[in-house]
Amino acid sequence: MNVGVLALQGAFIEHEKTLRALGAHAVEVRLPEHLDGLDALIIPGGESTTIGKLAVTFRLLEPLRAFAATKPVWGTCAGMIMLAKDIGRDQPLIGVMDITVNRNAFGRQLDSFETDLDVPQLGPDPFHAVFIRAPVVTAVQNGAEVLARLEDGAIVAVRQGRWLATAFHPELTPDDRFHRYFLRDVAGLAD
Amino acid sequence: MADNTTSNNGAQKGTETLKRGLAQMLKGGVIMDVVTPEHAKIAEEAGAVAVMALERVPADIRVQGGVARMSDPGLIESIMNAVSIPVMAKVRIGHFVEAQVLEALGIDYIDESEVLTPADEQFHINKHDFNVPFVCGCRNLGEALRRIGEGAAMIRTKGEAGTGDVVEAVRHARSVLGEIRRLQAMREDEMMTFAKETGAPYHLVKETAELGRLPVVNFAAGGIATPADAALMMQLGVDGVFVGSGIFKSGDPARRAKAIVEATTHYTDPKIIAEVSRGLGEAMVGINVTAMPADERIAGRGW
Repeated sequence: MNVGVLALQGAFIEHEKTLRALGAHAVEVRLPEHLDGLDALIIPGGESTTIGKLAVTFRLLEPLRAFAATKPVWGTCAGMIMLAKDIGRDQPLIGVMDITVNRNAFGRQLDSFETDLDVPQLGPDPFHAVFIRAPVVTAVQNGAEVLARLEDGAIVAVRQGRWLATAFHPELTPDDRFHRYFLRDVAGLAD
Repeated sequence: MADNTTSNNGAQKGTETLKRGLAQMLKGGVIMDVVTPEHAKIAEEAGAVAVMALERVPADIRVQGGVARMSDPGLIESIMNAVSIPVMAKVRIGHFVEAQVLEALGIDYIDESEVLTPADEQFHINKHDFNVPFVCGCRNLGEALRRIGEGAAMIRTKGEAGTGDVVEAVRHARSVLGEIRRLQAMREDEMMTFAKETGAPYHLVKETAELGRLPVVNFAAGGIATPADAALMMQLGVDGVFVGSGIFKSGDPARRAKAIVEATTHYTDPKIIAEVSRGLGEAMVGINVTAMPADERIAGRGW
């Protein structure tokens, strides 16, 4: 299976390592033609403003929307922002998921945190999640399914059909269950 | 802090994973020196992943001389309020109270920087004492690992700031990356002697050899002035670039900033680098480092 990782900026190498360890062929995507032949795509953490501007300059936004219309896509942190239809401010987005996202929802770097999440889809063991200047989902519509919440109820992981969005960074921890969940359950690719 | 801050009880903050993790999110990006909120907005608009807030860019510190210190907290806060991307600021080497002040302001990253006048000629800041992450400069692998041993969560090769001459940035990046390659060929007894000779903690020497790279993110800095300079540093093997005087001391800062961002992303694609390098106007005038008296160089600060 060929899994693309948007490599305009950010923590794309970390995703590639986990994908390769799971037997997938990881492909860096910087230009529209790099999407050809991919079975799925991951949009990594990074700075969403930077990723969005580079996607506009190199004419990637429309090809990314077209890809997402038929193929599985997972966004982590900045990637979640890129997938949301509404982030309450003007910046370039892929904008396919029916979620409202608030950028830097917890504050600045000093408010970044690690915590254990209960994610029933991954089994009984908690998932240790790393939130760095993270966004949060403030509303879901049209059947977008909440996968995980913080203790206070804030939504931090959502699935809508073939699209997955997490406010935290599974690429920064050794636990590969979210990557396996994306490849097998969301994308329907062989594990 | 934003009004819509969500609280989350029982979470861990200020961990090594979080400090190093923010730098991982900046990889493949450009961090730009800015001296006003207007500059910061131009940098964000051009696609910077973060800005370094300071009163004078290194080129002006060189010309004006005097003691260079941490910037006015009011200026730093005005820049923090102007942009949504992370904001960094510099403190003098060893000046842990300047670092406490920046942490109190809620800065995202602290640069313990040789570009400012050192406050301590023997000791660097114990960076483990802070929840805010630090970036530190280095000229070689031993210096990088000593800084990581003190708690730095990100490294930048020093180059020679404020010159627009990339030669020292290349020298320092080649030194660090070449030493890592040599380390990978060493036996453990040879690694111990490398640790002894460089003053680097042995466990970090071993970890670096095993990883085949520094255990933290490594950007290049000091003299990068063109899109090709940025791509050169990326091809040598760094994770991203700092551009200081190179942008706002040039003829058309907004266009040059955007071009350097694009060349950093597409650093292996010479056609794109050629395209973005067209018609950028004048680069910063620059100072030839090779012709510079040794006592005017600042990369030697740090111990």
